[in-house]
Amino acid sequence: MGSNEFANLPYIGQAILRKEDDRFLTGSGQYTDDIDPGRLVHAVFVRSVHAHARIKSINKSAALAAPGVLAVYDGQDVAQDKINGLPCGWLITSTNGEPMKEPPHPILAQGKVRHVGDPVAMVIAHTLEQARNAAELVEVDYEPLPAVVDVRDAKAAGAPSVHDEAPDNHCFKWAIGDKQAVDEAFAKAAHITKLDLINNRLVPNAMEPRAAIGCYNRANDEYTLYVANQNPHVERLLLTAFVMGLPEHKVRVIAPDVGGGFGSKIYLYAEDACVTWAARKLNRNVKWTAQRSESFISDAHGRDHVTHAELAMDSNGKFLALKVHTDANLGAYLSTFSTAIPTILYATLLAGQYTTPQVYVEVDAWFTNTVPVDAYRGAGRPEATYLLERIVSRAAWELGLSQDEIRRRNFITEFPYQTPVALQYDTGDYHQCLEKAMELAEVSSFEERRKATEAKGWLRGIGYSCYIEACGLAPSNIAGALGARAGLFECGEVRVHPTGSVTVFTGSHSHGQGHETTFAQVVAARLGIPVENVDVVHGDTGRVPFGMGTYGSRSISVGGAAIMKAIDKIEAKAKKIAAHLLEASDADIDFANGEFTVRGTDKKIPFAQVALAAYVPHNYPLETLEPGLNETAFYDPTNFTFPAGTYICEVEVNPSTGEVRVDRFTAVDDFGTIINPMIVQGQVHGGLVQGIGQALLENCVYDRESGQLLTGSFMDYAMPRADDAPDFRLGHVCTPCTTNPLGTKGCGEAGAIGSPPAVINAILDALAPLGVKDLDMPATPHRVWQAIQSARN
Amino acid sequence: MYAFDYIRPTTLEQAADLVRQGAQCIAGGQSLLPALKLRLAQPSSLVDLGSLTELQGVREEGQSLVIGAMTRHQDVANSPVVRSKLAALAQLASGIGDRQVRARGTLGGSVANNDPAACYPSAVLALDATVITNRREISAGDFFQGMYSTALEPGELIVAIRFPIPEKAAYAKFRQPASRFALVGVFVAKTTHGVRVAITGAGYGVFRHSGLEDALSANFTPEAVADVEIGTDNLGEDIHASAAYRAHLIKVQTQRAVSMALGKEV
Repeated sequence: MGSNEFANLPYIGQAILRKEDDRFLTGSGQYTDDIDPGRLVHAVFVRSVHAHARIKSINKSAALAAPGVLAVYDGQDVAQDKINGLPCGWLITSTNGEPMKEPPHPILAQGKVRHVGDPVAMVIAHTLEQARNAAELVEVDYEPLPAVVDVRDAKAAGAPSVHDEAPDNHCFKWAIGDKQAVDEAFAKAAHITKLDLINNRLVPNAMEPRAAIGCYNRANDEYTLYVANQNPHVERLLLTAFVMGLPEHKVRVIAPDVGGGFGSKIYLYAEDACVTWAARKLNRNVKWTAQRSESFISDAHGRDHVTHAELAMDSNGKFLALKVHTDANLGAYLSTFSTAIPTILYATLLAGQYTTPQVYVEVDAWFTNTVPVDAYRGAGRPEATYLLERIVSRAAWELGLSQDEIRRRNFITEFPYQTPVALQYDTGDYHQCLEKAMELAEVSSFEERRKATEAKGWLRGIGYSCYIEACGLAPSNIAGALGARAGLFECGEVRVHPTGSVTVFTGSHSHGQGHETTFAQVVAARLGIPVENVDVVHGDTGRVPFGMGTYGSRSISVGGAAIMKAIDKIEAKAKKIAAHLLEASDADIDFANGEFTVRGTDKKIPFAQVALAAYVPHNYPLETLEPGLNETAFYDPTNFTFPAGTYICEVEVNPSTGEVRVDRFTAVDDFGTIINPMIVQGQVHGGLVQGIGQALLENCVYDRESGQLLTGSFMDYAMPRADDAPDFRLGHVCTPCTTNPLGTKGCGEAGAIGSPPAVINAILDALAPLGVKDLDMPATPHRVWQAIQSARN
Repeated sequence: MYAFDYIRPTTLEQAADLVRQGAQCIAGGQSLLPALKLRLAQPSSLVDLGSLTELQGVREEGQSLVIGAMTRHQDVANSPVVRSKLAALAQLASGIGDRQVRARGTLGGSVANNDPAACYPSAVLALDATVITNRREISAGDFFQGMYSTALEPGELIVAIRFPIPEKAAYAKFRQPASRFALVGVFVAKTTHGVRVAITGAGYGVFRHSGLEDALSANFTPEAVADVEIGTDNLGEDIHASAAYRAHLIKVQTQRAVSMALGKEV
């Protein structure tokens, strides 16, 4: 079935209410911490209070003697049991041909701690209270060492070394693009725009903190790990094959209801391995749930780039070349996908929506004494978009071109389009997105609004951002060539039950995205059955055949496509059954609206009757066809998908205090085919608020001397609230993706990717009369006020 | 949270006895409970003042409002008498924390805790209120003694606070972006005795500013403070604001408060 035909099916494009909300809104969701598998004991982690220290000794005796304590394990116990460290899933090769530095990442510290929060010991007791009390009795004798938390410090000569394996803290130098061609283009440029910026470090803060329960069954030597995770099969693969040396078939990983991930629950974490390991040692089921303050110092953080970029143009503002250097902070250890984020998922997006013929990007990645940094909603693409849309806006200001004009002059208009940084865009319509956004944003009456704002003593500015992202990760062979140590396909199983209802088993994982509804709509549309008759099962390696999980806005485009392929098989087999029942040839059977018909006749049979025949095969072609109607398919995409759009933000700024108010925000996105517009709208809203949060509020700050986390709670780390955002104006353009059968592109991250530069560009536009030319995120009142003060002086 | 005994006395005397014996009292718990959860406080017993109905409510006494120590923020915010006689205090209460905090947090709890960024202490100090305890009456000027420190003695509990009704008053809070406590909060009160300006959030405890008070006593307009020097000594400096920014905001928020007190939109 082609994507156009698919888009016209019933249920596709319908805003039906989310099936999962009934249980979420009535408190009957089952999150990991809600689960009690029996024989439960509780784990608490003793974590480093130092950013960097040598462990001289650990005295466990007082903790072991405390009431209710079953065990206290430390790094020595881990080493004794030959439990390996956590692996990194993406190998980056340096420009000199050497592999990245990959120092060990132990699940409990071995001799040294490398960031505040680094787990040192695990205390297990009958009750959580007992475990907490005993954890305070574990005496760790530290020898504090000098710490380094900022990449600009980490790269300095003589900086403290985080790892002996990388004495200069350098993990890799990676580059993409044709440097010589870029240099030549710069040599003949009429104008060069330069920009230095910092992409602020963020703490993910999913509503549900991380949690894990390790279970062990002595009868069959099988483990079960319940874990708040976005990709249970990947978790199992990493846990069994790399860390614990267990056969995969002996381990079941269940990621039940998960309350938000944003990337932070993709990874295999130390705690997951620890509770699984301890379960067998103690023959108990071991539960750990992070406290919020623990999340701040143990969940992988996001972003944290320091970048210099230069854009070369001809005299008409046509882009000739872009060159970029980025220092990326990887934190103390390599988290699961950390190395792919500032490279593969960042630099490849730096062509943006533009025809820039040459792009060269160089990335240096550094270890620091901070929590590991990995993917966070957008993962590399927000960093790319922020840089590109900031420098394009600055170029327009420097050249005296309007913000829309400079973009129009450089938009890609012909597809497929091969960028100079590896990606090939299949389709898009950037002019249409821009036009529609300008119309929705009422740009034509902006000057009137500006005057009204100025009349009350404030300033008003308008900012643009034309983003593109690569989603639907990924063609496995391309990912493999780029260093991925895993495939990136997806699996779906469609099980038609005898009475015609359907259970779908998907390797995608829903942790807020509404897959139970969207995926059911896809199946109901294809099979012509009521959406109520379709249930979606996910998040359980014991029930779902296989899966690579949910991240990078890949679920519908990859997971959905696998389900489409499984339905193709269901349909093909059902046609044969129908042909037999209708006494016709397979070739003459049509299937539409839930009915099989014989072309040119009035003979027909409903889907449910065919399903029943498959399971009660009395009148059935048993000699040529197996009974049953249950099909599995794997789908490996042939390309990424490329959602794109234009965002326009209007802000009001109080020049006296630096307060910024987002007055209007318009987002026009091209997500290709939209299955449930209400869910898409929710995804865009959430993404926009996260992006506005990064632009105005959120900032993870470490003390540059001590390495202590200064923003370790919501008292100091500012999360966006509902009143920080305006009502959004949303619009859509649809150029269906040409490489998957649904025509979908993914919508989960767009808001967070596209919005930060729109906000900052708007503030810079507002402050232009005061001479402010630069501003880093988050644009807090204090920072905006400081920018105004320094422009004045 | 560490384990503790929980006691809910029904008379003020019982509560005072228990506190004298070393128990920690809990009023609304909006600061204490988070501290307990983080194991930053370890009381052996906790005395819940929630049943002491005599500590709740608002009454008018001559030219003053007397507000019970256990009156919740939301009840101050919604009280018709506070709204009509001392609207600035109702407005202050309506901006503390969020709805959940306002439903639990109490006037007495906030004032006794004397968080350097809490809102209420600025109203108590600017209005020259009197803190009435189970033993004595303490003037606002004597009560606040710097960050988390007050004149309360062991076993002494706040019963109520008497707020003289001013001619004009207003509170202008500039929120710290994360906590939404006061980065700088300025309470301005104009009475027949002159103008008092109390500032919270900016320093290491609520304080008055004589330069602002003199200027406003002479001329109660926002413009009057334009040239007042706001020194940065004793102002806080952290990741949210430099001392210079706090000093700047003291002036801006004072001007806003004066405008509000004069009934102008800000």
